[in-house]
Amino acid sequence: MHEEVIFAGFGGQGVLFAGQLLAYTALAEDKHVTWIPSYGPEMRGGTANCTVVVSDEPVGSPVTKYPSIVVAFNNPSLEKYEDEVKPDGLLVVNESLVIHQVQRDDLDLVLVPATALATELGETRMTNMILFGAMLAHRPMVALDTAEHVLLDKLGERKAHLHELNLMALRKGMELGLAQKTEA
Amino acid sequence: MPVELMKGNTALAEAAVRAGVEAFFGYPITPQTELLEHMSKRMPELGRAFVQAESEVASINMVYGAACTGTRVMTSSSSPGISLMQEGFSYIACSEVPCVVVDVMRGGPGLGNIQPSQSDYFQVTRSAGHGDYHAIVLAPSSVQEAVDLMGDAFDLADQYRHLVFVVADGLLGQMMEPAELPPMQPLRTERPDWALTGANGRDPNIITSLELSAPALEAVNDRLQAKLKVIRETEQRSTENMTKDARLVVVGYGTAGRIAETAVKQARREGMQVGLFRPITLWPFPEQRLSALTDHVEALLVVEMNAGQMVEDVKLAAGGQIPVEFYGRTGGVVPVPEEIYDAIVESYEKLA
Repeated sequence: MHEEVIFAGFGGQGVLFAGQLLAYTALAEDKHVTWIPSYGPEMRGGTANCTVVVSDEPVGSPVTKYPSIVVAFNNPSLEKYEDEVKPDGLLVVNESLVIHQVQRDDLDLVLVPATALATELGETRMTNMILFGAMLAHRPMVALDTAEHVLLDKLGERKAHLHELNLMALRKGMELGLAQKTEA
Repeated sequence: MPVELMKGNTALAEAAVRAGVEAFFGYPITPQTELLEHMSKRMPELGRAFVQAESEVASINMVYGAACTGTRVMTSSSSPGISLMQEGFSYIACSEVPCVVVDVMRGGPGLGNIQPSQSDYFQVTRSAGHGDYHAIVLAPSSVQEAVDLMGDAFDLADQYRHLVFVVADGLLGQMMEPAELPPMQPLRTERPDWALTGANGRDPNIITSLELSAPALEAVNDRLQAKLKVIRETEQRSTENMTKDARLVVVGYGTAGRIAETAVKQARREGMQVGLFRPITLWPFPEQRLSALTDHVEALLVVEMNAGQMVEDVKLAAGGQIPVEFYGRTGGVVPVPEEIYDAIVESYEKLA
């Protein structure tokens, strides 16, 4: 297993945290992992992204030109990364915030109205967990169970009131992801 | 110790704390600031000294002062801040007091930008201040190696009473990766006999970088050069992968080295006999091992995040025996494995 994942969206959408959740979960499962944020001028336009490499082998390059997975939280991210995803790669799209029609037909495409669903759950900030769940449904790099444990641990006591909501969002994403999975 | 997911900057800071650093003086600058931030919290918590100075010039002179008292001391900065410290480095080197400086390099020249770069290679290996000397320069390529080398840096500084750099780049500073920290070392309780400790009941020690007589200053230089010769002969470090049967060897350090490793593995899968040589000490440059490789390797390809600086040392080590090619990106652009792979293919096709 070797996946190069880019999470991309606006600042405030929990993009970096989604990447960290994957990184911490990978570590909890003794996998090799790197996480790097975009921290330069790119961030000034309000966009945020991070690259996570998860592997059974030690990670060489922590950067990638052609990610195997892209999770696009908004329209600019989808437009920026659609062409970069590796053939047969996974593209998870937050359907609520995109107008761009995906042109590629060689991808595993998952469309999730994550922001709308998060709003229904009563907390827009759950968008990232819904998308994370959908991603895991299609690329089980780590176990959902481990991700849940790590998530609660990272949220900590201070955010105890958000534990249940985060888990609901994660599972909702997983459920929607599985529903869009074509049987091999 | 458990393996934790740590940001490079934070890991460098905590590793220094574990290595028993007693005083930190610094000034914030991206992409290094998390290091200083971690120190601002940890050092006071442990009853140790932390000062956010008014400038980099002040920081390095505070480091100089503390080093003269035999205190385990460090500073950290990023490229433009390192430029400002040049005079202090030179005084420290001439005075032969130990200290550690972390440089998390960013794009230059000038104010440049805050993106990852390796454009300080000349600055740290060649011209870290005026006068005749080299600093010891260590270059980690992962968060774990950053942790390990931080401890070594303090020991080397003490052993040789010399200035030691640990150089990372913005990417390594900002990256999170699993790493294991060493246990906390006790702080030193005794000061070295050369240190300025008040001269109570003993003859005064004098530490100076001023020597007005030419023959006397030449003697200082002779002593310094003799020390550097020992360092050059004994402290060269490097690591390599798949070089045994390699026809082409890629040479890269730090972030460029690990990105190149991915490209080298790709080339191997395509049937090319390619290896990787990664210097860990930039000064002393690992010329012994690299020079030995030229016995069977047909060409070298140097990859750097600059316009070609280490390539000069590689050419010296190769001694004109084999061709030395170069591929680099500048201005804070991080090369991706695919473009290094293309450079490998281009160099490989030129082999006879």
